[in-house]
Amino acid sequence: MIEPDVFATGLVGWAALIAFLLLLAAMVLAFVRIAIGPSFADRVVGVDLLTILLVAICGVYAIKTDEAAFLDIAISLALVAFLGTVALARYAGRRRSIPTGDDHTVAR
Amino acid sequence: MSDIITAACLVGGALFALAAAIGLLRLPDVFIRMHAATKAGTLGVGLIMAAVAAHFGETGVITRAIAGIAFLIITAPVAAHLIGRAAYREGVPMWTGTVLDEWRQHAETHPDPELSAAAASEGASNMGRNGR
Repeated sequence: MIEPDVFATGLVGWAALIAFLLLLAAMVLAFVRIAIGPSFADRVVGVDLLTILLVAICGVYAIKTDEAAFLDIAISLALVAFLGTVALARYAGRRRSIPTGDDHTVAR
Repeated sequence: MSDIITAACLVGGALFALAAAIGLLRLPDVFIRMHAATKAGTLGVGLIMAAVAAHFGETGVITRAIAGIAFLIITAPVAAHLIGRAAYREGVPMWTGTVLDEWRQHAETHPDPELSAAAASEGASNMGRNGR
């Protein structure tokens, strides 16, 4: 059963709804960049932006539900996103040293 | 009053995040896309965290929001630097309108053993791709 005030209680509720829609559109665009690449670094940048957008969505959800605990989730998600980006960047930097015979099959 | 600040920060932050995603999709090469995603994305999340702080108005929440903003401001340039360096070493082609490549000039005068190994195998093909 859906509560009548799940969406848009007053000005802040409408602002949160608009912010959700804008962030959803941004996530779609980031997914398109991850899908079309063309290089591995493009995809890493896309994943980085995607996790930053998830942090933003956690913040908006904290306001929407009046539940401050989502802020803690946002902070820990930012930490994990940073570690993931660093790990992927290190991986991208070291991949070339794998001997494959043809230089460009691995790098692209 | 705090409702107006919260709503303005929410919508403004979401607009900056959308601008980051549009830049990520439309800009011409990895390094320029990274510039859009890192800076506009950080500003967007920072504004949304400020909206959370303004909405709750409690000491604990404000402290956590400021800690989150500080963490993002510290980590975003580090992550972008690592991705950019990895992309450069991988030999990702730059935009044809690029006018300055200071690292290449620096590497010619101050050969770095780790980089020159990659540049030796990458140089010729890279030059061909960038010269298009």
